[in-house]
Amino acid sequence: MIAELGLALLWIAAALACLSLVAGIVFLRTGKDDLAALVRPASVAQGLLTATAFALLIALFVRSDMSVELVARNSHSLKPMLFKVAGAWGNHEGSMLLWLTILGVSGALVAIFEKRLRNDTLVATLAAQAALSLGFFAFLLFSSNPFKRLPVAPPDGQGLNPLLQDPGLAFHPPTLYVGYVGISVAFSFAVGALITREIGPAFARAMRPWVLGSWIFLTLGITAGSYWAYYELGWGGWWFWDPVENVSLIPWLAGTALLHSVAVTATRNALRAWTVMLAVIAFSMSMVGTFIVRSGLLTSVHSFAVDPERGTFLLALMAIYIGGALTLFAMRAGAVAEGKKFALMSREGSLVINNLLLTTILALVLLGTLYPIVAEAMGEKISVGPPYYNKVAGPLALILCLVMVAGPLLSWRKDDGKKLWSRLPAAAFAGAAVLFGLVLFGGKVGVLPLLGMTVAGVVAVASIAPLWKRNLRRTPLPTWGMVIAHFGVAVALAGMAAESAFIKERLVAAAPGETVKVDDFSVKFAGVSPVAGPNYTAIRGTLIATTPSGASFTLHPEARMFPGLMGTAPTETNEAALLTRPGGQLYVVLGQPVPGADGMSADRYQLRLWWKPLVWWIWLGGALIAIGAALSLLGRAQLIEIWRVRRARKAQERFA
Amino acid sequence: MRVRLLLATLLALFAVPITAQDRLPPAPYAYQQLRDPAQEAKAKALMETLRCLVCQGQSIADSDAPLAGDMRHEVRTKIAAGESPDAIRKWLVARYGNWVTYDPPLDAATALLWFGPLLFLALGGWLAFGRFRRGGTDGESEI
Amino acid sequence: MKKSWVLFVPLAIMGLLFGAFIYRLTVPAETLIQSQWINKPMPLFDLPPATAGVEGLKSSQLADGKPRLVNVFASWCIPCRAEAPQLEALKAAGVPIDGIAIRDRPDDVAAFLRENGNPFDRIGSDQQSSVQIALGSSGVPETFLIDGKGIIREQIQGVILAEQVPEIIAKLEAMK
Repeated sequence: MIAELGLALLWIAAALACLSLVAGIVFLRTGKDDLAALVRPASVAQGLLTATAFALLIALFVRSDMSVELVARNSHSLKPMLFKVAGAWGNHEGSMLLWLTILGVSGALVAIFEKRLRNDTLVATLAAQAALSLGFFAFLLFSSNPFKRLPVAPPDGQGLNPLLQDPGLAFHPPTLYVGYVGISVAFSFAVGALITREIGPAFARAMRPWVLGSWIFLTLGITAGSYWAYYELGWGGWWFWDPVENVSLIPWLAGTALLHSVAVTATRNALRAWTVMLAVIAFSMSMVGTFIVRSGLLTSVHSFAVDPERGTFLLALMAIYIGGALTLFAMRAGAVAEGKKFALMSREGSLVINNLLLTTILALVLLGTLYPIVAEAMGEKISVGPPYYNKVAGPLALILCLVMVAGPLLSWRKDDGKKLWSRLPAAAFAGAAVLFGLVLFGGKVGVLPLLGMTVAGVVAVASIAPLWKRNLRRTPLPTWGMVIAHFGVAVALAGMAAESAFIKERLVAAAPGETVKVDDFSVKFAGVSPVAGPNYTAIRGTLIATTPSGASFTLHPEARMFPGLMGTAPTETNEAALLTRPGGQLYVVLGQPVPGADGMSADRYQLRLWWKPLVWWIWLGGALIAIGAALSLLGRAQLIEIWRVRRARKAQERFA
Repeated sequence: MRVRLLLATLLALFAVPITAQDRLPPAPYAYQQLRDPAQEAKAKALMETLRCLVCQGQSIADSDAPLAGDMRHEVRTKIAAGESPDAIRKWLVARYGNWVTYDPPLDAATALLWFGPLLFLALGGWLAFGRFRRGGTDGESEI
Repeated sequence: MKKSWVLFVPLAIMGLLFGAFIYRLTVPAETLIQSQWINKPMPLFDLPPATAGVEGLKSSQLADGKPRLVNVFASWCIPCRAEAPQLEALKAAGVPIDGIAIRDRPDDVAAFLRENGNPFDRIGSDQQSSVQIALGSSGVPETFLIDGKGIIREQIQGVILAEQVPEIIAKLEAMK
């Protein structure tokens, strides 16, 4: 019954999306208010019903109802509960339902909370959001029904990709999806504003919390994904410039640019058309990214659950949405006054350069990701990887960071370059100190990591400068947010640069009892023992790492074997063991047993050990960026203010 | 003809997962570093930019595939014999084409890849420049 | 409006993007990496015998005037078993075939030959895939057509199918 109910709810929700769209169009054409009144409640109901359907799908996974095809294919009754739940979105159909749920819930939240926009713009926005939902409903209901029953229920399910059986990864896709899809609201606001031609500070202020909110989730999702790849793939890399990683980075870059341009539009009523276009681009890139991942268009280390046939459907949907929005933009944006002008040396000026650099990086990541297709069409098979991105994006990113140093210290409209210098001596000193320190004592360091650490030093100090000589208690939350986020960039940059400059690697075949030196650690390989997990067997190594000061720590890397369930192939994974120290992380992997001279008995094991200086700063930085954005959101959405006003009002009513 | 091609592709695909089943220990330098740290650093830097032929988009430095291990052995052996990383990359490109290197060489087919971003930046900069108020006029004028 | 063409730039870029997507959806990616080492002399090598009772393989032996096949295989490769009858057929038609066994052990090669027959004149053991890499080969089985001067003329990736056998014979004949 649960599956049938879920499917029914989806159909009703789709009908409601249809209603919102039609009512919205009729209202915008004729101005009949009675129809417009339908749009808000319909949007709320659509969000609620879709969310309920998604909850029902999770319930089916929790109950291991193998009569549902999706559950049978992606779950197993013996799986730990967490992964049963996560199984609901660890596959194509479930993740599309999650996509729709977020789309619907975002629409519902706009319908409930948005009070600042003109009514017609709001209706146009909700209608645009409904149009987005409708296409994806069609996709889900016609080609990927998650609630499909099997004629005969199998005795048990086929399990789930073991690589994905990780608590971190269970929540990684939903986080990223909230970010991807949350930005759809910005897209809908942009379309709504283009339709009613209401593009100005009010529109920018309405859009801003949504951009911030989804950007927080994108930041968290990318940070978590990078950490997952770092400890799960077993080679200690935290960013591979892999197509799937790139397509998650692209919407983030667009979101970052949008975040800064919307600030200019909201505060200074400038860059209007540009902000609108970025809002369209940001969600377009989310869709393109999902399409690339879902259609298996590009080979990736992270690709799973791919199906080229569905790719065609998604492509057609995207063509309608992106093409439609960009055509609307091309027709209408010419009539949008660009707003107030400003000097290059001003807050706006620095934000324009910020946007220029961010969009260039976005363009080059997109170009690099898709260029192998272009080259193949020209008859050449090529690979684009880290060397390309480091060479091209690296310098641009460093310049971007330097602009980030200047921007917050400049005043709006017009500023004086000499004054800017007078605000920077501490930051310049920090940068010089880092640079000299590295050149004198750092040994041989590559140019990019060297500049990276120097810029990180400058940014770290300069990012705090806006708080200088201010009453910290009276400093508004968004300013705190900006300072913390920018400081987070410095922290992450320092981590990336230090890790690539000073990493120490040791690969050895060690027998139990042997001791291996990595950097300052001596690591004793105590031996291995077999262990049985809930749904795997493993060989667990025991290593004792001792620091120069004599403190010792035990590490347990595992080589896990997941049996093939219901005829699928068995899979092996490496669980790295990590030792986090203030100065970095010790990363240990237990590899293959090494056969002895007779080729049979194994007396030694391959060990891979890395000392990664400051590596955890990368993710700390990512977390700081997200925290900064969250503070900013708190300040912008004025939730505290709203809550205070409501409480005061209630108190008044009580006394009245 | 089409059917045969399809069959051949299917069989070829078959060959990939089974590659992992050989019973030979990894080549000596697959999981072992060169003694000279300077040489090892060179080898490592090169391996990180060479694409594993049988993996899903990983470098040979990050893969447990046997062929990736053998390629690491090949690279380390050549470095130890005094060959330059560039020469080794060229040697591999001559055999596997540009597909094997993550650092695409600049040629007619990749000109857009390398110069596209610059072009984009220049065009964007030209457009953005129009936004800035020139001179000292302090007008709040709208265009 | 001035510069109105600029407003259509995003739409145009999107058009290009979708062009690439449509191209990829209609022309699926070629998953095999073809060797570029074609029409070039066989790389120099001297491989020890892969198992007892069979001769090893030297590159100098491949330029004796007779066009031949060099089959890159392994005992642990299941498709290679499916290829054995075709190799036997080629052998029966008088085509000289040499083998290169990739990452293999003598016992395993012996067992493989016992079960599937031995169409090979010589089998070199390439334990670290170094000859395979020098050939630009990326999988097993693969077969190279070599002319009488020891120049590689063609690479066949994957299993040789029964209907390919006459083609291969004709091609080798033409190289004489």
